[in-house]
Amino acid sequence: MSEQLHSLPAETLTLSDAELAEIDAEIAHAPYRAAVAIDALKIVQAHRRWVSDDCLEALAAYLEMPPAELEGIATFYNLIFRQPVGEKVILVCNSVSCWIKGCEGIRAAVTEHLGIEPGQTTSDGRFTLLPITCLGACDRAPVMMVGDNKFEDVTVERIPAILEQDEGATPG
Amino acid sequence: MSELPLTRNVRADRSPTDLAAYEANGGYGGLRRAMAGLAPGDCLDIVKDSGLRGRGGAGFPTGMKWSFVPMENVSPGHKYLICNADEMEPGTFKDRLLLECDPHQLIEGMILAAYTIGADVAYIFIRAEYLKAAQLLREAIAEAKAKNYLGRDILGSGYHLEMHVHASAGRYICGEETALISSLEGKRANPRAKPPFPQVSGLWGRPTIVNNVETLCNIPHIIERGPEWFQGLGLGGDAGTKLYGVSGRVKNPGCWELPIGTPVREILEDRAGGMEDGYQLRGFLPGGGSTDFLVDEHLDLAMDYETIGKAGSRMGTGTMIILDDRTCPVGFVKNLIEFFAQESCGFCTPCRDGLPWNAQVLDDIEQGRGQLEDMDTLEQHVSYIGAIGNTHCALAPGAMEPLQSALKYFRDDFLRHIEERTCPYREVH
Repeated sequence: MSEQLHSLPAETLTLSDAELAEIDAEIAHAPYRAAVAIDALKIVQAHRRWVSDDCLEALAAYLEMPPAELEGIATFYNLIFRQPVGEKVILVCNSVSCWIKGCEGIRAAVTEHLGIEPGQTTSDGRFTLLPITCLGACDRAPVMMVGDNKFEDVTVERIPAILEQDEGATPG
Repeated sequence: MSELPLTRNVRADRSPTDLAAYEANGGYGGLRRAMAGLAPGDCLDIVKDSGLRGRGGAGFPTGMKWSFVPMENVSPGHKYLICNADEMEPGTFKDRLLLECDPHQLIEGMILAAYTIGADVAYIFIRAEYLKAAQLLREAIAEAKAKNYLGRDILGSGYHLEMHVHASAGRYICGEETALISSLEGKRANPRAKPPFPQVSGLWGRPTIVNNVETLCNIPHIIERGPEWFQGLGLGGDAGTKLYGVSGRVKNPGCWELPIGTPVREILEDRAGGMEDGYQLRGFLPGGGSTDFLVDEHLDLAMDYETIGKAGSRMGTGTMIILDDRTCPVGFVKNLIEFFAQESCGFCTPCRDGLPWNAQVLDDIEQGRGQLEDMDTLEQHVSYIGAIGNTHCALAPGAMEPLQSALKYFRDDFLRHIEERTCPYREVH
C-alpha cells in the first residue's frame, strides 16, 4: 500500500477523494481535462476556502496542464483566492448605485468594527473584507454579502448585527 | 393594463415558481407545441417575424442571430446554446428577477432556442455571486429532466438536449459573448476576434449561440402565442415587453416589466415614485454603466432602441441609474471608470492602460488636484478609446460613454472642481 502511494506523483496526494470525485464529474462532460480548470479551482476552493501553491500544482497535474497556465487562470478571476481567507468573506459592493447610496461609509463601518482594511483578514480568522463590483441588487443599495448571505438596504448602524448575528440575511 | 408575460409567475415575495406551479400556469406549452409539430425552421421564422431584439444590451435581432448557425452540411459534432446569466453591468439587476422567480421559463426558452439552432448541449453561464439562482436552476433542470422536457427524445420528438449550469469565478468581461466562450472553455476570459463569429466557430470551435436571460425568457411565449401577439405588446417600433429598472435617489427603486417603448417619465415617476424628497434629477444612464447620460429634456422619450439611440445614448439593459443634484457627477463617472479599468481583461493597450489613466485624471480632478489641460486629456481619450475599432472589444468604448456625455452635460462641474481645487459636493459625500 505504501509503495503504491509513493509511486504516485507527490502532488496528486494533496487533493482529497471528495474533491477529485467532484472534478471528475465535471470532466465527464468536457472535451478535455483542462477545460474544467475554472470549475476545478472553485471545487478546491469550496473545500479549502483558498487555493494554495501545492493545490494549484496538484490540480494542474491532474488536469494535464502547465501550473503557470493554471496560475494565469486562477489570478484572472476576482473570486479565486490565492491567499488564505477567513471563514466568511465580506463583499461590499462599490459600484455606482451603491456608491450613490453611501457604500464608502458602509465599508468604513466594517473596517472600524473588525479592525481590517479591504484585502485583510481578522486575526481570529473569522472574516476577510474584499471590495466587489455591482452585486445586481441595485434597487436595494447599498448591498453587501457575508459568506453566502446577501444583505440589502444596509446602513452603518446595522453593520454590527449583520456581522455578528447575520441579521436580515437573504440567500445570495 | 396590457399583458406582461415575463413576470406573470413573479410573486410579491419573490419566492421561486416550481415546476408544478409553472405548468399550472401554462408552462411548457410552447415546448409542447414545438415538439408536436414545428420544425426548427418554423421556430426560426416565428422568432424572426416576432421582431425580438437581444435584451442583454446590444439589441441585435434574435432571429437573425440564430439564422447564421449552419443547419445543413455541418461537420459531425456538437452545437451549443449558451445563456448569458453573467449579470454584472453596474446598475443592472433585471436578470436576477427572472432567474430567482421563474427558472423554468428560462429553461423552456433555452430548450426551444437550442431546438431551433440544432444544439444538443446547453449551458447557463451564471455569475458567481448569484448562489440562490444557480441552485434553483440546478433543481429546475433536474425537474425538467424527470418530465422528459430535457434529456433523450424530448416528449417523443427524437430531439435530445443536455443542460449544465456553469457558475463563473467573477469577471465583468465574461459578459462579452466571445470572452464568455473563452471562460466556459476554462481559460482566461479574453474576448476573441470576430470573424469567425460564434455562430460558426464558438465554444470549442463549434457553432454556438449566446443569448441573454431576458431574451431567452421571451421565447416560450413567442412560440406559443405567435409573432403578431408579441409585436402587439410594444408601444412603438419595437416588439414585446421589457424589464425596466431604476436605482439611485428615487422613492421606490425597483424593476418592472412594461411594454417596450414606455416613456422614461412614466418609469421614473409612476413606477419609481419620482425623486426622493430633497433631491432633484440631474441626469440618468438609461441602461447600465456603459451608456451615455441623458438629461431632463429626454424624460418624455420612449424607452426603446431607436428613440434612445437617436438621443445619443443606448437603451442598453434598460435599467436606469439616476444622478441627483447632491451627487458629484465627477465622482459618479470616476466610480464607473475605475470599475471598467479594474475589469479590463488587459489584452489590448488602449483599454489596459487608457482606462487607468482616465481613472487617475478623474481622481485628480475630484480631489481638487486637476488642471485645465486634464479636460483635453479626457476629451482625447474619449475620441480615441471611444471609437469602435481601436480596441479589441466593446468594453473600453462602453466605458467612455458615460464620460463623454458627462463632459457634455456636466462640464461646469468638472471646471468648478479645477477652479475651486476641491469637490463642491464634498459635504454630501
